Amino acid sequence: MKNLKFMYSKIILLSGLLFVVMMSCERDLSDQVEFAHLAKSGEIFTDDPIGLGTDFYFPYLGSKANAWSIDQNEGYESAASMRFDVPNSNDPEGTYAGAIFRVDGSGRDLTEFDALTFWAKASQGVTIGDIGFGQDFGLNKYQVNESNVSLGTNWAKYVIPIPDASKLFDERGLFWYSAGTQGTGGAAYTFWIDELKFEKLGTIGQSRPAILNGEDIVSDVFAGISLELTGLTQTFNLGSGRNKTLNVAPSYFDFTSSAPHISFVDEFGEVSVSSGTAVITATLGGVEAEGSLTINAVGEFALAPAPTKDPNDVISVFSDTYSNVPVDFFNGYWQPYQTTLGGEIVINGENVLKYTDFNFVGTQLSSPLDISEMTHFSVDILMPVVLPTDIDMLVVLKTETTLQQQRIGGQTYQWSDQTGDINNTEANGTFEEGGVWKTFKIPIRPTSETGLDKTAVNIIIIERIKSSNVTNLHVDNMYFFKE
Amino acid sequence: MNKNNKKTMRITTLLFTTFALASMISFTSCDTDETQTVATFSNLTMADEFDVEGAPNSDIWSFETGTGIDGWGNNELQYYTDRPENVTVQNGLLVITALKEEYNGASYTSARLLTKGKFKQAYGRFEARIKVPGGSGLWPAFWLLGENFDVDGWPQCGEIDIMEYRRLEPTKVSGSIHGPGYSGETDPQGQVTKSYDLGNDRYDAGFHVFGIEWGPEYINYYIDDVLYNQITPSDIEVTPADVVYTLNDAVEAVEATDVTGDWVFNKPFYILINLAVGGNFPGNPDNGEKFPHNMLVDYVRVYNK
Repeated sequence: MKNLKFMYSKIILLSGLLFVVMMSCERDLSDQVEFAHLAKSGEIFTDDPIGLGTDFYFPYLGSKANAWSIDQNEGYESAASMRFDVPNSNDPEGTYAGAIFRVDGSGRDLTEFDALTFWAKASQGVTIGDIGFGQDFGLNKYQVNESNVSLGTNWAKYVIPIPDASKLFDERGLFWYSAGTQGTGGAAYTFWIDELKFEKLGTIGQSRPAILNGEDIVSDVFAGISLELTGLTQTFNLGSGRNKTLNVAPSYFDFTSSAPHISFVDEFGEVSVSSGTAVITATLGGVEAEGSLTINAVGEFALAPAPTKDPNDVISVFSDTYSNVPVDFFNGYWQPYQTTLGGEIVINGENVLKYTDFNFVGTQLSSPLDISEMTHFSVDILMPVVLPTDIDMLVVLKTETTLQQQRIGGQTYQWSDQTGDINNTEANGTFEEGGVWKTFKIPIRPTSETGLDKTAVNIIIIERIKSSNVTNLHVDNMYFFKE
Repeated sequence: MNKNNKKTMRITTLLFTTFALASMISFTSCDTDETQTVATFSNLTMADEFDVEGAPNSDIWSFETGTGIDGWGNNELQYYTDRPENVTVQNGLLVITALKEEYNGASYTSARLLTKGKFKQAYGRFEARIKVPGGSGLWPAFWLLGENFDVDGWPQCGEIDIMEYRRLEPTKVSGSIHGPGYSGETDPQGQVTKSYDLGNDRYDAGFHVFGIEWGPEYINYYIDDVLYNQITPSDIEVTPADVVYTLNDAVEAVEATDVTGDWVFNKPFYILINLAVGGNFPGNPDNGEKFPHNMLVDYVRVYNK
């Protein structure tokens, strides 16, 4: 998942106009006007963009906005193709290339097709991070992507099957891509795409959908929470005989709960849970998905204990007890290495930070904070009811250039001599129980020991040490205090 | 279920269908208004419509069980049985089921039916309506062997493969002949074969009629209403002097006897239907391939003139 935002604030919708132009040749309007039939054409780019309107290219935040162009010198059996110049990773105008192609106007009716197909090649052998369709910067309801698409230096045809075309009766998000330079050591490259279109191939078969990557997962959770179904894929056998696995949006699936009064799934894959046990399964286009989620909901979600320090002795970053300093975000979705999803949620009226797929996550303050007067950083962390077997984490207080790191979780091995490391045994407590909040009071060490510039702290990172298997946690009450 | 395939189609349509028809057009050099005949033999001599539930009709079919030698000569992985788990007639269909299970030292089981000793015929029209299974590493086949198999052995007995399928090429099915000097393990000529590509469909998506019409000097191959190949003695180019057999251990050996390059298709043949797992032709199933897989046969029919 990526946190993608518009770059353009101006979006001009010419939907009505485009539609009238396309339909005018088909029938005259009468008194008994029927519902509009959307364009059924599949072509997106042949030698030019086809039927996309004028304002259809929307780059991702942080990507190079002009990475896409039409190349009049390259083409697959034609004079022109779409050219994508993926920038160097240190390009000040954007460190990667990525965008959606969204019809500027009414959506298309793609129900008669079974795949998005295109011809592609690159300036060198590369792996494109993601290529897909169904992303419209709205609900992205029917998003599909193939990850790690391998391109060679000669034109080859690529096929991305449609999971269930009956859902795509009004689709504006015809194409999207995201390409970085992780595989080229940060060096720029170019790739070309031509003959981009939806097609009815007839040769795609053997749909094998999966949830939770096809695994049967048993999850012990708190009643009252909600969680997201992940690992939604669909594998097809193509006409080439090769299998292809895609990442597929939840809305393609029909979810079933063995006990809907205990747990149910909405069309976005969000599972709501009340007390009891329920098994979640799914189908896609009538085919049973591999994998299931058995939810054992036990007890109510326990809120973190309210802090008791005198507000005059506290600078709070996140708590319902104190006034908090301004914060840019509680999850920076830092690409490409961060996997952590989630952020601020409300449980029983209390603000809590909930993180899933955790490896590391950062809270960025809106302006640097002077914590010179403070003696400790306090944070409350809640592990799942079933405790991970290897809990080993770092809490990092950072400025732009300096840091202090404290190990938490009780593990002591692998400690480095890196500047900023401290290993206060008292602060490095263990999680004795799952489902119980644990408060860590981390001493802020002298700058002479850590190097941390206490006048300009602006980022707080919670990080999992590599081997640790912590994947889900809740965080609350992050604040600095003085004794 | 028993839908008769269309026996004729217009050349005009064929011309626009696919490149695969190129060779056919060469022997049906008629003008474009003429109706082209796919199948001409209409006197039914044997049919199994698979209308009686349970075990296949024992008047027509027997079974070959076990693993053969070297996986039936192809490094196939299955153990063939005649158990109802592997072969049964249900809902008007013969169902051959490949299972993943440990059985007598093999990791898969399946079934192989044959009419040996019960039905054989020289020449005629042999056809079956079959839905091949999806899934990797499977090898469904509908084929014929010469009646003298036990006396003269393979490939001297001759083999006519009406349908062989593998998911490596899900839109294609091949039809072949094997004989002395062109068995497939031979050089300069292997088996005589051709595949037919559906183009915009795949075989595991539905039933298709696979058939041959076979006379003294030809074998015509058709799928549904498309005649896609004709094999005649002139397709056999090998001579006893130049044939080399490549043995399984990759040592080349000249087979001195019985290498004739002869057309060995002027005698009765019997029918085989089987679903193999793994082996040289389809490769082994993918890791995590889900079993069971079913090969469905709606009917087998044989005609003469």
